[in-house]
Amino acid sequence: MKDILSELEDRRADARLGGGQRRIDAQHARGKLTARERIELLLDDGSFEEFDMFVAHRCTDFGMEEQRPYGDGVITGWGTINGRQVYVFSQDFTVFGGSLSETHAQKICKIMDMAVQNGAPVIGLNDSGGARIQEGVASLAGYAEVFQRNIMASGVVPQISVIMGPCAGGAVYSPAMTDFIFMVKDSSYMFVTGPDVVKTVTNEVVTAEELGGASTHTRKSSVADGAFENDVEALAEVRRLVDFLPLNNREKPPVRPFFDDPSRVESSLDTLIPANANTPYDMKELILKIADEGDFYEIQEDYAKNIITGFIRLEGQTVGVVANQPMVLAGCLDIDSSRKAARFVRFCDCFEIPILTLVDVPGFLPGTGQEYGGVIKHGAKLLFAYGEATVPKVTVITRKAYGGAYDVMSSKHIRGDFNYAWPTAEIAVMGAKGATEIIHRADLGDAEKIAKHTKDYEDRFANPFVAAERGFIDEVIMPHSTRRRVSKAFASLRNKKLKNPWKKHDNIPL
Amino acid sequence: MFNKILIANRGEIACRVIKTARKLGIATVAVYSDADREALHVEMADEAIHIGPPPANQSYIVIDKIMAAIKESGAEAVHPGYGFLSENAKFAEALDAAGVAFVGPPVKAIEAMGDKITSKKIAQEAGVSTVPGYMGLIADADEAVKISNEIGYPVMIKASAGGGGKGMRIAWNDTEAREGFESSKNEAANSFGDDRIFIEKFVTQPRHIEIQVLCDKHGNGIYLGERECSIQRRNQKVVEEAPSPFLDEATRKAMGEQAVALAKAVGYASAGTVEFIVDGDKNFYFLEMNTRLQVEHPVTELITGVDLVEQMIRVAAGHELEMTQDDVKLTGWAIENRLYAEDPYRNFLPSIGRLTRYRPPSEVAAGPLSDNGKWNGEAPVDSTAVRNDTGVFEGGEISMYYDPMIAKLCTWGPTRDAAIEEMRVALDSFEVEGIGHNLPFLSAVMDHPRFISGEITTAFIAEEYPEGFEGVTLPEAELKRIAAATTAMHYVGEIRRTRISGRMDNHERTVGSNWVVNLQGESYPVTIAADPAGSTVTFEDGATLRVESDWTPGQPLARLTVGGAPLVLKVGKISGGFRIRTRGADLKVHVRTPRQAELAALMPEKLPPDTSKLLLCPMPGLIVKVNVEVGDEVQEGQALCTVEAMKMENILRAERKGIVSKINAAPGDSLAVDEVIMEFE
Repeated sequence: MKDILSELEDRRADARLGGGQRRIDAQHARGKLTARERIELLLDDGSFEEFDMFVAHRCTDFGMEEQRPYGDGVITGWGTINGRQVYVFSQDFTVFGGSLSETHAQKICKIMDMAVQNGAPVIGLNDSGGARIQEGVASLAGYAEVFQRNIMASGVVPQISVIMGPCAGGAVYSPAMTDFIFMVKDSSYMFVTGPDVVKTVTNEVVTAEELGGASTHTRKSSVADGAFENDVEALAEVRRLVDFLPLNNREKPPVRPFFDDPSRVESSLDTLIPANANTPYDMKELILKIADEGDFYEIQEDYAKNIITGFIRLEGQTVGVVANQPMVLAGCLDIDSSRKAARFVRFCDCFEIPILTLVDVPGFLPGTGQEYGGVIKHGAKLLFAYGEATVPKVTVITRKAYGGAYDVMSSKHIRGDFNYAWPTAEIAVMGAKGATEIIHRADLGDAEKIAKHTKDYEDRFANPFVAAERGFIDEVIMPHSTRRRVSKAFASLRNKKLKNPWKKHDNIPL
Repeated sequence: MFNKILIANRGEIACRVIKTARKLGIATVAVYSDADREALHVEMADEAIHIGPPPANQSYIVIDKIMAAIKESGAEAVHPGYGFLSENAKFAEALDAAGVAFVGPPVKAIEAMGDKITSKKIAQEAGVSTVPGYMGLIADADEAVKISNEIGYPVMIKASAGGGGKGMRIAWNDTEAREGFESSKNEAANSFGDDRIFIEKFVTQPRHIEIQVLCDKHGNGIYLGERECSIQRRNQKVVEEAPSPFLDEATRKAMGEQAVALAKAVGYASAGTVEFIVDGDKNFYFLEMNTRLQVEHPVTELITGVDLVEQMIRVAAGHELEMTQDDVKLTGWAIENRLYAEDPYRNFLPSIGRLTRYRPPSEVAAGPLSDNGKWNGEAPVDSTAVRNDTGVFEGGEISMYYDPMIAKLCTWGPTRDAAIEEMRVALDSFEVEGIGHNLPFLSAVMDHPRFISGEITTAFIAEEYPEGFEGVTLPEAELKRIAAATTAMHYVGEIRRTRISGRMDNHERTVGSNWVVNLQGESYPVTIAADPAGSTVTFEDGATLRVESDWTPGQPLARLTVGGAPLVLKVGKISGGFRIRTRGADLKVHVRTPRQAELAALMPEKLPPDTSKLLLCPMPGLIVKVNVEVGDEVQEGQALCTVEAMKMENILRAERKGIVSKINAAPGDSLAVDEVIMEFE
């Protein structure tokens, strides 16, 4: 009997060694942790329950039958993050370079199916050379099985991908369909075709890092939502993100004890808006001063910086924040910022996360670059996302809310629940100067008259009261009391119920 | 007494004067430029009058504008503060002509002391010790030796036209005097085309010590002890204290009496300051007299219990002094630290911007001034005081137009050590965010052994920080205290994280008690045991530290008691850890489980990007001139471009030889800090 039990221990020890000590050392030498070490850091101590430890591939071509290591290059299972259940798969680069075989894919599919069934997030730790070439189409089939599950799980449970090594070719499309992609700086890259193919086809000479490193995907392509210095930091920050997210779409976002007065007054906000309407200020200061404990988890920090997206807590509960950033491009909407914010709004709506919108927007960015790029349809994405969202929506206009961009930014007309404005708000079709030049075109030659007309327009529209008269603004609030007002507004919306008409799905302008 | 007083100044000193005027029941009038519309002094005053655009030469120092404001407000007196018009005789004359009282000395006194040569002459006549020297032309080396002997060694041999150390020699004996004279003369002839030489006493181990005097219009005058102002950076005072750790009673008396004699000689009637240079043997020599309230006057107020602004106003109103020299008692010790909006890590470059956070330590009254500014007799044992004179507020803007000093933090204690210790805690508690500031540098000075010993000279900063300020390395004992504190803080945060909703019943996370703290390159494995009153942190060697605090996650300031002594930390978030600032150090602290620490140790150390081949913009500013082109070979020290910031033109120079490979900025461009201006091959 003892022998039988100890055989299990021996087999387990064998499985835990993955591709062997030599490869583990090589993994460490690259500054990367092993698949199992990563799971240890991601999950609560001792909470990991593994599946399919002894799964091995079934390939018999090219001598593969000689090597059938346990686990087949991926470790799967579930565990907890601060006591909340999550499913996880972690690709093991020490086994066949983490390449994806039919059985490797089956292991991933198994935990994804369970995650959807049991309502818990899926976290994928990607470190894979790509398809198991020896298996041919079986490997491709495996990818597609995973893709289909990513699609089915989307909007049901949060899916998070962490790219911690190579992720190339077909492999990229699984992370691409998850909710968040994070990368590790200097040790991860993602691309559809690698530098060699690029050179052959287009003659472009480019390094893997330039083509698909963390900097490329966080700054240029917007494929990744964030990047971290190393494995340890990345996994700690994923744990932090999970603390903000509900486990599934049937649950409310999590609440945790908080140590911050919801009525905290911030007098300094009364001077946040500069005297000169063209002077920028940092919208992040407002976000940090509204948030519980100044804690803000920013998403896509380095991309389309003219809009800010991320998570805060109010009274301990998660709130998604979308805010124009006057420091960059005057906070205007453009193709990139509309896409970035639209995706974020839709994520929040999927998972019942209330949305706080902070508005200082001078309009859409003009120009051929924008129009040729399709700003009409991209801008419409954000409008569509806000309009279809049924979660609690609270909006604060701090300064400019001009033109169509006013409508887009969670206005009353697209079902904003609370639409607040600071006394410094200017809600108008456009700035006073532009408006005057259209209305009083006849006086254009007369600087004095134009100045007077401009002044008249400012007096009439450069304030929140015209909108407030019509009820488009529910209340004009003091900047220093923003945290209290916004917290209370969300508190009053905790039982909000709103349903869109039945449809198979909508047709958002993709 | 006056009914209404106008303060012809801004910032902290305007606020300071308003406070006393209020106490005396006098209505206050502030003046402000466009840049100061929202300023604190405007807010505090009973009324405020706009006097023009931001630059001081179009507002605060335009006599006509101030006179108009006086007329408009009906103020009967004007307090000029310091700087601006405070030592402007024309202004004082204009006030006299308008029949408005000037809260300062008579015009004649301002004029007499305003000129270096005249003031020295008057001082000599009044029996005040001046730096011995020979101002006439010296014919040859023999004469130089003769004069040197008369003055007494060491002497300084200087070229009349000299500057920047050129043509300057120090001689300790006849031989050196002879050689020094010859070489100075040659150097001066070559460098300046002017070989005139003079000789004066060389002051060794110089200290800057000044005497506060107070005189009325009835011929009475007293001195209120001294202030030691030796801690200076390029003639800008940074730390002052009263009394001086150097003076004895006899020297104090001699200096005080000479200072009063000088004041009387010029018919002085107000508060004034006589500055001396004091050598290592306690010989003192007159430098100049400041005919106004000094920036550092609070330290005198803290040890004497005298409100100098109140006295100035009373004197201006014609009252006689209430106290005699015998009434003046110096009690305890006071230290002032000047908080400047200057970034110590960037060679003290001025920093401007919005104060996103500004929370000074709470003011605590104690000692002589505790009884509403009235003399309070002997100081209570074991008490300390904190005073902060400031002109800014959270959410306010530090503009480029005025002096970068934003606050004067003072502490008082029964002894010098107590005052210094109180200052350390006060500096740690002072929260300033949004701009660069010198708090870390001040903390470093307060912990500097030489400052603590009191063995300071005016060369202290130049000698102790020759390469500028590069931050503070904390000693082991302090690191352990911080490690214990952050473990306790991290533990509280982790416990809270386990209380999140949506947990699996019966499968909650348990937070362990073993941790490894990583900071300043050191690792401390510790064990924590928490109880309702605090926690006990045990180190590997068995040593324990008790941590008590009411800190909760998210608070930017943690006040703790660690190992029985107070510890105040500024707490920020960094990925996976804390940013801790205390005692001038700026640390990244990670608290990890032993397993996390083991794995973290496998992570490669990433070096910051190499910027040695780049010219970075050191401050936010405007490029006004680019002196080089792509392909130019530049030499070390060669001017590369000029950046204008805070109205100052800063010439950026090549740090080493190189060839310009790329220029990213053109004149007129506005650059942020650390933007790349040009690249080198």
